[in-house]
Amino acid sequence: MADVQVPVKSESSVFSFGKAEKKLITDPLSDNNPITVQVLGVCSALAVTTLVSKALVMGIAVIFVTAFSNLFTSMLREYIPKSVRMIVQLVIIAFLVTVVELILKAVNYPIWKELSVFIGLIITNCILMGRLEAFAMGNKPWRSFLDGIGNGLGYGIILVMVAVFRELFGKGSLMDFKIIGPTSEYVLNTMEISWLSWYAPNNLAILSPAAMFIIAIIIWVQRSRNPKLVDIS
Amino acid sequence: MTIIVALVLSLLVSGLKEVHTENESVYNKKGILSAVSEQLGQDINSMGNKEVQELFSTSIDQKVINLKGEVISPEDVKTKTGASEPVDIDWGKEIKKPENERLLPVFTYKSKDNKEYNILYVRGKGLWDEIWGYIAFESDWNTIAGQAFDHKGETPGLGAEIKDNKAWYGQFTGRKIYNAEGVFKSVSVVKGGVKIPDHQVDAISGATITANGVDEMMKRGLKYYESYIQKNKKS
Repeated sequence: MADVQVPVKSESSVFSFGKAEKKLITDPLSDNNPITVQVLGVCSALAVTTLVSKALVMGIAVIFVTAFSNLFTSMLREYIPKSVRMIVQLVIIAFLVTVVELILKAVNYPIWKELSVFIGLIITNCILMGRLEAFAMGNKPWRSFLDGIGNGLGYGIILVMVAVFRELFGKGSLMDFKIIGPTSEYVLNTMEISWLSWYAPNNLAILSPAAMFIIAIIIWVQRSRNPKLVDIS
Repeated sequence: MTIIVALVLSLLVSGLKEVHTENESVYNKKGILSAVSEQLGQDINSMGNKEVQELFSTSIDQKVINLKGEVISPEDVKTKTGASEPVDIDWGKEIKKPENERLLPVFTYKSKDNKEYNILYVRGKGLWDEIWGYIAFESDWNTIAGQAFDHKGETPGLGAEIKDNKAWYGQFTGRKIYNAEGVFKSVSVVKGGVKIPDHQVDAISGATITANGVDEMMKRGLKYYESYIQKNKKS
């Protein structure tokens, strides 16, 4: 884990939001992104990115779980015996994931049905354990909470980016808003606009390998723009 | 900590239980209604929970039958399955029971112009998990008037097309399950072009196993209804 932890010099209040705190949120979005730089949580990034709406819900769920599991773990960090810390962390994660699942099932049943097993699988998402071990066990609750939000956001953003590509090229739509396709339901009807008649949705984009390619391309672009990252992992 | 966690979770589960069951019931009702979506003239997916509930309760008549084709009284259904409405029964479980105990649902949709459509339920296996479908029949119990398939976890873009791609599942509409002599043929899913237009639809390329699953489920699932269909055809 490539974490440069900025020591907080003077803490005026518990909930201060200074430069160091801001860095906790912005860092995971780019230079310390959990998916593209730490390469954690790729499994679910492959599975739930066929539709933007699915990716969004998944992203929000993960933000919630990372933020609060970090918060709770950090609050309890001095009372957790070292030998059973993994078990305690797992209880916290599993608890939060179950809460998310129950709420999602009540709020939006069709999305819950589609995400089905992957919400439950947040428990095994490496980002969570990674952040708890690397950050929450050694930092104050507020900072851990922000770190959780940052990492959840970093994960969610990549998920949505991948989903935008996959949904647009695979289904010709975004958030179920139909953009390009062969019937009159779409904004760009390829049957009627002659210069678009060559277009066909790319079925590969919907299959899991496409997510792999897109994540790889994102990693590639990010590293070629920022050579500092190349040595890290 | 365990006690706190257990307490919060159990409170949440019991607190949200009603919403969950309602959502589930609405989901099932949407499935049944989308089998007759052409006849409804409304878009079910844009409807809210309340509207779906209302439409379902006013236009759909529910029955439960056994394999002999006898209608089970609502009281018996309740004692046997614990569900007050047939739509809320876990039919996936029901269909795995031994044949003499197995129950089957029949949903009858009455359209505004007083036509009756009977919706039958079939369930089978896809590539990854279970698939199921609601098949609506014209009043002759032979011609398919509409259909809605659903699945637990088929591959998006391939197997999941049975639910998402209207160009594919729409093929079933107008097909017949009995031939001219009245022999049960069902509708098969075939590769490489349809030869008997009345009883065949084209498969999905790249989704052989899901398509075979639909094929199998249409044969076996509808066969269970055979005696009930024969009884009703005569009358």
